[in-house]
Amino acid sequence: MRNEHERKETVEGSLFYMKRGAVASIPMIIGGIPFGLLFGSLASNYGLSPWFAIAMSSIVFAGSAQFVALGLIALHAPIWVIVSTTFIVNLRHLLYAADLVKYVKHLPMSVRIVMGFGLVDESYAAIRPMYGTGEVNEKTGHKAFLGSFLAFYLMWNTTTVLGVLSGELIPGMSEWGLEFAMVATFIGIITPYLKSKPFWLCMLSAGVSSLILFELPNNLGLLLSAVIGVCVGYCVDVSLNAPIDSETKDSKEVEL
Amino acid sequence: MSFFESVVVITGMFLVTFGVRFVLFARAHKVVMPEFVEKALRFVPVAVLTAIITPMILMPTKTLDLSWHNPWLIGGVAAFTTGVWRQNQLLTISVGVVAFFVAKYALNF
Repeated sequence: MRNEHERKETVEGSLFYMKRGAVASIPMIIGGIPFGLLFGSLASNYGLSPWFAIAMSSIVFAGSAQFVALGLIALHAPIWVIVSTTFIVNLRHLLYAADLVKYVKHLPMSVRIVMGFGLVDESYAAIRPMYGTGEVNEKTGHKAFLGSFLAFYLMWNTTTVLGVLSGELIPGMSEWGLEFAMVATFIGIITPYLKSKPFWLCMLSAGVSSLILFELPNNLGLLLSAVIGVCVGYCVDVSLNAPIDSETKDSKEVEL
Repeated sequence: MSFFESVVVITGMFLVTFGVRFVLFARAHKVVMPEFVEKALRFVPVAVLTAIITPMILMPTKTLDLSWHNPWLIGGVAAFTTGVWRQNQLLTISVGVVAFFVAKYALNF
């Protein structure tokens, strides 16, 4: 028992969990490769400086928001629209943080900063379930998370550079449909949630809303559809699971 | 875009992105989530990711396209079916991507 504990404290133990986190992320890293290549090549097709694309991938590090921003830049949208849309598209990461708070509150601030920077859909989706299965705990989970983050960060920045270079050499690359890799990756993240009625209805309502509200400017449709999906999921969940005490809960919420 | 604008865009995007991800971690030892917030937040990934990809799958040319000539729809349906049937992400992503490219290029729709 004690030896086991000491072993986990060693560098070797840290590397063990980092590797475990990186290995768990492999499916999504593979899905990210075409997506990163496309980001780099789109940026160069839009006539943006290679440094701009590389800075965005290394400093902002936010896959889908980077694409949305590229699209807005191509439309010559004002800077405040680009920044506020990035905020909205990334708002979901607040949930991931909220969910992980219980596993990071004892960690040093420097570790929390790195984890915050690397809190992307893919790493959250790869590492969060490992706490549930007992593969990691609050002493080891952040190491697995850092492993996942580093693997993903390395892939994202490498493919961005390669995409910028190939975008300049192969101009038609943005027509290939490489962004479908993001769609497939997101489907891979969504489907494990679909184990109960509230999540199915959340998905259906968000999907239908996003089609109906597609015409709204500045990605407002995306924000509204997400809010609708969350409300539908939450309301169905509450009405299914707590019919007896739902009255008291509702009155509490009104007061808030 | 000028150099100055590029710096402002990247700085702004970094601040909102990192801010959203880090704000709760920064106060992690003090954050107390109301129960209903935590319950509602569980639906955020599904809701947001669905809202991002549904128009991409069903409206690839900005108009609703439910025909089998739409490779996005074929790839999406293939990935979704695989994902619901087998909870295996690598398989879900691979099947979806292969179905998409087969529909787009091999079948020449």
